[in-house]
Amino acid sequence: MFRNVAELVELAESKNQKISQIMIEQEMEVTGKTGEEILRQMEVNLDVMEQAVERGLKGVKSHSGLTGGDAVLLQEYIKKGNFLSGELLLDAVSKAVATNEVNAAMGTICATPTAGSAGVVPGTLFAVQRKLNPTREQKIEFLFTSGAFGFVIANNASISGAAGGCQAEVGSAAGMASAAIVEMAGGTPAQSAEAMAITLKNMLGLVCDPVAGLVEVPCVKRNAMGAANAMVAADMALAGITSRIPCDEVIGAMFKIGQSMPSALRETAQGGLAATPTGRELEAKIFGLPLMKK
Amino acid sequence: MKYKSVFDIIGPVMIGPSSSHTAGAARIGRVARNLFGREPKWATISFYGSFAKTYKGHGTDVAIVGGLLDFDTFDERIKESLTIARQKKIRIKFIEEEAVTDHPNTAKIMMGDEKGEMELAGISIGGGKIEIIELNGFVLRLSGHHPAILVVHNDRFGTIANVSNVLAKHQVNIGQMDVSRKEMGKMALMTIEVDQNIEESVLEEISALPNIVQVTRIVE
Repeated sequence: MFRNVAELVELAESKNQKISQIMIEQEMEVTGKTGEEILRQMEVNLDVMEQAVERGLKGVKSHSGLTGGDAVLLQEYIKKGNFLSGELLLDAVSKAVATNEVNAAMGTICATPTAGSAGVVPGTLFAVQRKLNPTREQKIEFLFTSGAFGFVIANNASISGAAGGCQAEVGSAAGMASAAIVEMAGGTPAQSAEAMAITLKNMLGLVCDPVAGLVEVPCVKRNAMGAANAMVAADMALAGITSRIPCDEVIGAMFKIGQSMPSALRETAQGGLAATPTGRELEAKIFGLPLMKK
Repeated sequence: MKYKSVFDIIGPVMIGPSSSHTAGAARIGRVARNLFGREPKWATISFYGSFAKTYKGHGTDVAIVGGLLDFDTFDERIKESLTIARQKKIRIKFIEEEAVTDHPNTAKIMMGDEKGEMELAGISIGGGKIEIIELNGFVLRLSGHHPAILVVHNDRFGTIANVSNVLAKHQVNIGQMDVSRKEMGKMALMTIEVDQNIEESVLEEISALPNIVQVTRIVE
């Protein structure tokens, strides 16, 4: 059983296996289920992710009216062809947004690792698949690799915005996604770890400050940038760039930063963007009165 | 290790918008329902910390009531749970607590009907994973992700051995076990997480043992 990223990479390298395979084998050990059962269970999650993206790309609107429709805008923009960054990157961003718009509209999604950060992993997966042409099995493996890295973060730090801020949610999701992109693109387990370290380093300190307490503003756009961050970091790792701070130490830093974050910035809607004049105004408009008196 | 399965990370499939505040809350409600063993006639739900500040925005209220109605995290009826509860004439009350708890996402549920009452506290630790930390004043640690047996008993020597002997006889493996008591020699609670669902006959056998007050179970 691996407890940290170093052990995970060591296991994969010594057995000459992919990280996804290590995760599947550990799951078999822990649950006593067969590999086949575990793959099928993950396939159900993949199906839900596909349906959520599809639904989001048709355009949804949340109950509050704060979010919805941005995934569509971005797809239309891509079609015009005048974009500056990159087609695959924007496609990932759009699909991450699509998923979170569905989530905000109380639609069905698969938490990866949480609902508020559910867009990043599927967003990047369904974008890079256009270039890498993975089999269905490989798409399922993508989720196990993401899961392996998320597993380490969850057990050594946190994946809860209330406990560790948005760095623990979208930050974790982005790190997980970048590691999985690297594996799908043919990178080594060590490169997956580097990608996650690079991604997470750039998410450190991100606070959880949802306007009106809703998982909408800024969550949807944070998923967008989490996906972008994951794509760029994956390319950097595949180019051979390494993180000076080892992945596990970055996770440790994230944990400590989360602990020292004031509660106003940990999913209480009392600080940050939630406490801006516009944030308060939106809150009052949605609930008829400000929820937070202070 | 708090998280054991990859499906704690990739999953659950759920109705949005928040894994901790919606799916986790639904799970706390559902474990409470499971332990109570029937639909309650009333429930008073207290929210603490982040739950208290943001429960309306996250649908924590509809989710926890959905759980009390035995809905799973992906059940579309969660969205209508308050209306459904009203139609079933279940009296629901929410309280926003100011007290600071150890975990920012804490909910306490008092529930009951004419036959009995139950009090339970749960925390939502992230990604939809929960822990039940208090039951009728007993401190415990229960994930709700595995089948479990809860045994209220008198705090006397040999009681734990008797219960585990019955489980051994029926070839039931214990995954995790916790014992908690309010005062030495008074009432105590055994929480036993097991690998498979327990049959009614086994529960009856445990109930018949000396010093056993009450036996309930959580099925997977």
